[in-house]
Amino acid sequence: MSGFQLHVPHPPARPGEPADFSYLKLSPAGAIPRPAPTASVEDTRQLAVSLVRVLDDAGIARGPWDPGLAPADMIRALRYMLLTRAMDERLRRAQRQGQISFYMQCTGEEAVSIAAAMALRPGDMLFPTYRNQGLHIARDRDVIDLMCQCLSNMHDMCKGRQMPVMYHWREGNIFSISGNLATQLPQAVGWAMAAAIKREDHIAVAWTGEGSTAEADFHHALTFAAVYRAPVILNVVNNQWAISTFQGVAGGEDQTFAARGPGFGVAGLRVDGNDLLAVYSATQWAAERARSGAGPTLIEHVTYRAGPHSTSDDPSRYRPKDEWRAFPLGDPIARLRQHLIALGAWTDVRHEELQAEVDAQIAASWKQAVAYGTLPEAPRIDPVTLFDDVFKERTPHLERQRAQFLRLKG
Amino acid sequence: MNMIQALNSAMDIAMQRDPSVVVLGQDVGYFGGVFRCTEGLQKKYGEQRVIDTPIAEGGIIAAAIGMAVGGLRPVAEIQFADYIYPGFDQIVSELARLRYRSAGDFTAPVTVRVPAGGGIRGGQTHSQSPEALFAHVCGIKVVMPSNPYDAKGLLLASIEDDDPVIFFEPKRLYNGPFDADPGKPAVSWANHPRGDVPEGHYTVPLGKADVIREGSAVTVVTYGTLVHVVQAVVETAGIDAEIIDVRSIVPLDVDTLAASVRKTGRCVVAHEATEYAGFGAELVATLQRECFWHLEAPIERVAGWDTPYPHAFEWEYFPGRKRIAAALHAVLEVP
Repeated sequence: MSGFQLHVPHPPARPGEPADFSYLKLSPAGAIPRPAPTASVEDTRQLAVSLVRVLDDAGIARGPWDPGLAPADMIRALRYMLLTRAMDERLRRAQRQGQISFYMQCTGEEAVSIAAAMALRPGDMLFPTYRNQGLHIARDRDVIDLMCQCLSNMHDMCKGRQMPVMYHWREGNIFSISGNLATQLPQAVGWAMAAAIKREDHIAVAWTGEGSTAEADFHHALTFAAVYRAPVILNVVNNQWAISTFQGVAGGEDQTFAARGPGFGVAGLRVDGNDLLAVYSATQWAAERARSGAGPTLIEHVTYRAGPHSTSDDPSRYRPKDEWRAFPLGDPIARLRQHLIALGAWTDVRHEELQAEVDAQIAASWKQAVAYGTLPEAPRIDPVTLFDDVFKERTPHLERQRAQFLRLKG
Repeated sequence: MNMIQALNSAMDIAMQRDPSVVVLGQDVGYFGGVFRCTEGLQKKYGEQRVIDTPIAEGGIIAAAIGMAVGGLRPVAEIQFADYIYPGFDQIVSELARLRYRSAGDFTAPVTVRVPAGGGIRGGQTHSQSPEALFAHVCGIKVVMPSNPYDAKGLLLASIEDDDPVIFFEPKRLYNGPFDADPGKPAVSWANHPRGDVPEGHYTVPLGKADVIREGSAVTVVTYGTLVHVVQAVVETAGIDAEIIDVRSIVPLDVDTLAASVRKTGRCVVAHEATEYAGFGAELVATLQRECFWHLEAPIERVAGWDTPYPHAFEWEYFPGRKRIAAALHAVLEVP
């Protein structure tokens, strides 16, 4: 018998134990240099194992990664984050009330989507995963559209065919969500290859969770992106938990996810995902790199999934209840608010006013959304439409089944 | 026991009897699985035998093959059938053919547990029944129980089998039988005869169908969730139907099926999976060959529509009572 056993990664804390984030390698705000976006992949190796941070614990922006955003833009970002969180809360309750079948919040991760969408151009194509609702919000999509998708009602862009949160927005250049994991990453690379073939300066940007980086598609994406220097940004949202398994089970124990990039020939950046300014700046850097033909970037966003994986999940079974409170990178909304106040551009009173305004918007939008129907209540899309869009035109056997459906009405 | 407890009991017994049995999959360890099928196993058998894996179905299947070649007897869980496809190459090109290509020198006795089927508002990514895709591959056995008793006995038989088995679990049946009326309150397995599951070891052999209701007017060949829907239809309509639960898709118990169809002269084949090139086509082809001179009507098929599983129209999609009744009447009306 050999002296060693199979190594099994363990999270630092399980229910009933004190939260412990000592495994997270942090860097002080402002401490990480910012090379030119055309830097060699080799020059990003250190960036991939450090942590790009702009906001320090006092809410002061520091160092070369400070994007220098105007206060008005930061207030806009704050509004988007508050709107996302309020929509999440409204839809979580709707699931509990039986008006929708399922929901997935992005609570605690709002900055990841919102900062990125704000740093990109409207023509850039986004390939989200299921916790990127902030991309739609930051591209100024009417939240009613998102709510109606969750309700599978008359106004649902998926015509009732997809589970809640599987949004898409063709006009807004946001791709359809599959539900299968990491499939969108190599597709984003292909879209970026098409942009290069057509000599357009749009880039593609994709997101996935750290858990899904184990899927082969993640590796396909990095290989193709590196081989063709595709104008693409691949984002890994490391929210520490893939349902019940912590990030170590995905391979994050001894190496960062960003460090996968340089190994493939892709620039790597590891970023404080709860620091809106850091995410904005990293995305801006990677977008400039992609647009200049210098190649793809893999960005790891260090954040925390504050809520359950989905409404079907109960995280109190596998992690400490108060773990989020101990997360050293805090809450992205509180941090941006603190920064704006430190700048003198924001006050607690204005924040409360904004919160009230956002809450009112969500309440009014919800009222309008449910008027188009809810999952259990009419009005409903005509169920016979379930035979549409399998193909461009219905095949003979689908016509036969459709006729049978109409004859039997079900 | 409900089906979850029955499956859990099967794995518990298998691990107790055979130290080479290991369980691996996403969330199966500390958490006990998203459907709780592996609850308590890691606590009992340790982390060396109940292993939380990364999210990589191809990796899970491939690692299970390697473990099996290395002398273990892995039971791999794929969280939803809809997510099995990244592992498809490892199943089709490797798991299924290893014995054949090595002339029996290498084998991989892997059991792959796969929650399948709809009826839980899971949309296109949590509802599929892809058994036909696997039945078409030479070298793997394919099983789908419809009740807790069979689930435990078939899972033990699968784990003990020296060939690889894809074990589909109709997740709509985990907590109780289901007769396709989603408006009715859920029924538990407590009062169902097949919810009465022995605590100890037993097996239900692979390759044996089960006649769950005898009758003389028509044979209904079905499996999985639809077993219960067919029963409800037959009992409500008072049809003298013989109902056969296929249970084992590969190998198939042709004798039991054919004997029944020869007796009744009429047959309906029903499954939840899509119709086109579905496993029903194999059943119909086999039965017409075996029973041609006894048939008094064309064999009818009832199946899911040939579309992806739509979220909001789940019950319009699901081959429920109305469609099964219509097929039965069509077959019975032929003079």
